[in-house]
Amino acid sequence: MSNNYFEIIRAGINTTFQDKGRNNLYHIGIPFSGAMDNRNYLLANRLVGNKLDLPVIEFAYQGPLLKYNGDAITIALAGDVIFKIRKKDNEIEGNCYENYQLENGDEIDILSTNKSVYGYLAISGEFDLKFQWGSCSVNTKANIGSNDGKKLENNQKLIISKISANQQKKKTNYLNSKVENIRVIKGTNFDYFSEEGKNNFFEKEFTVSKLSDRMGMRLNGPEIENIVNTNIKSEGLLKGVIQVPADGNPIIMLSDHGTIGGYPKIGVVASVDYDRLVQISPGSKIKFKEIELSDAETLFKLYEMETQNLLSQI
Amino acid sequence: MIKNISNLGDAALYCDFGTEVNKQINSEVIKYFNTIKEKNIEGINNLTPSYNKLIISYDLRVTNFKEIKDKVEKLNVKEALKTHSKNLEIPVCCDALFSLDMERLEKKLSLTKEKILENFFNKEFFCYMTGFIAGMPFLGDLDENMRAQRLETPRVKVPKGSVGITEQFADIYTFESPGGWNIIGNTPLEVFDSSKEKDPNLINPGDTVKFKQITLEEYKNYNE
Repeated sequence: MSNNYFEIIRAGINTTFQDKGRNNLYHIGIPFSGAMDNRNYLLANRLVGNKLDLPVIEFAYQGPLLKYNGDAITIALAGDVIFKIRKKDNEIEGNCYENYQLENGDEIDILSTNKSVYGYLAISGEFDLKFQWGSCSVNTKANIGSNDGKKLENNQKLIISKISANQQKKKTNYLNSKVENIRVIKGTNFDYFSEEGKNNFFEKEFTVSKLSDRMGMRLNGPEIENIVNTNIKSEGLLKGVIQVPADGNPIIMLSDHGTIGGYPKIGVVASVDYDRLVQISPGSKIKFKEIELSDAETLFKLYEMETQNLLSQI
Repeated sequence: MIKNISNLGDAALYCDFGTEVNKQINSEVIKYFNTIKEKNIEGINNLTPSYNKLIISYDLRVTNFKEIKDKVEKLNVKEALKTHSKNLEIPVCCDALFSLDMERLEKKLSLTKEKILENFFNKEFFCYMTGFIAGMPFLGDLDENMRAQRLETPRVKVPKGSVGITEQFADIYTFESPGGWNIIGNTPLEVFDSSKEKDPNLINPGDTVKFKQITLEEYKNYNE
């Protein structure tokens, strides 16, 4: 048994282990899960010299306060996060996209995400975690993944099974985009909505509701009138699908979504904008912009190239 | 046969097999599902069969809409007509402790409790799809006189194991979950087992299911 571990003094609101997620399980009702903001997940791993698919700690809004016990280890945070590192004799204001060395007894206090939702903490090494279907990602609904499929709680110990020592100082400059325009491809039930409803959808602003989580983002805004049927025969869902139930308030499916749903699909968020979408916090405005499939494909390729570029610079 | 293939966003194919819900159309969906699964086509990372649609998700880093559409259109589905279907018996206890909506159903359907249970337990169900929550089976078809609408206000928590009906369908809540189906009983069986990674679902699309009524006593002793 390893003697290296974090003690959770404060777990934070929505702190879970996440990695690349699970594939090929939609047909049995298990969603993709995985880190919500994939680019920041990859960057966090790269900053500590890890393989890019290793588990990290994901938190939302308020992050955890962790006390470290063990041999020296390197950590890094990605996202837009306010945090401190407390050492025996001093306290450091932490910067995202820069790695730090933790010694026995040091504390890392992740106070909050800044005008965003999710942040990531990576360590140079591996946590001792249970994997199901090749992923440690937690699905709290079906209690799948590490930590018995549950969020992390106060006083837990997070055992570290392996440390990759002697990491170099690494640092990069990356600014998370805060543009609130989200590009959307028309959905399979786009014509279920009135002309005015369709226009409202692409021209007016929506507000992100507090009832948003890893399963879905609920929006409030102008009426999107359904003129055909407020239900469809239940069928598959994907992350990014925007359903409009009878009350007219759109819900965007996020990484832990139910795999089947029966509300009309007005649109689907373009893959290029998914990482940015999940970071839009409750109370913020969102505006949808129509995009064609071919443009969405091209833009995603560019986004991927940019991600690879960012990673190669670290 | 697939009537139309369109895109659902930029990372999935939406295969439309028709608008009706029946065994014949659903069997076509499942046939395609099994064929594509066996073919292991590069880039495809998820398949979601439902009553009359099949959604094929792919990794946009590896492939794109046109490539996957071409491959699906060229598939020879006849060659993979393997059926994996099973016949299953699921014990259900309809004690008042579990049949949360029986009174409501008696009114909605204008049938007595005895008649509702008789209809339900005599029926042989077909599994159209699984999902929403892990392992939840969507089973059909109930007779016309057994078809009720969902609850007007869905429950915030439906207990694990609950067996519910709505329209022509029955389902089983594999986990505690919000839900609006009319609950008539509860099964002590584990319908989803995440420790069995190869085959976590007890009931899979294409399977045949009959429910068997058990007493509260039998329910309590079931897992001992």
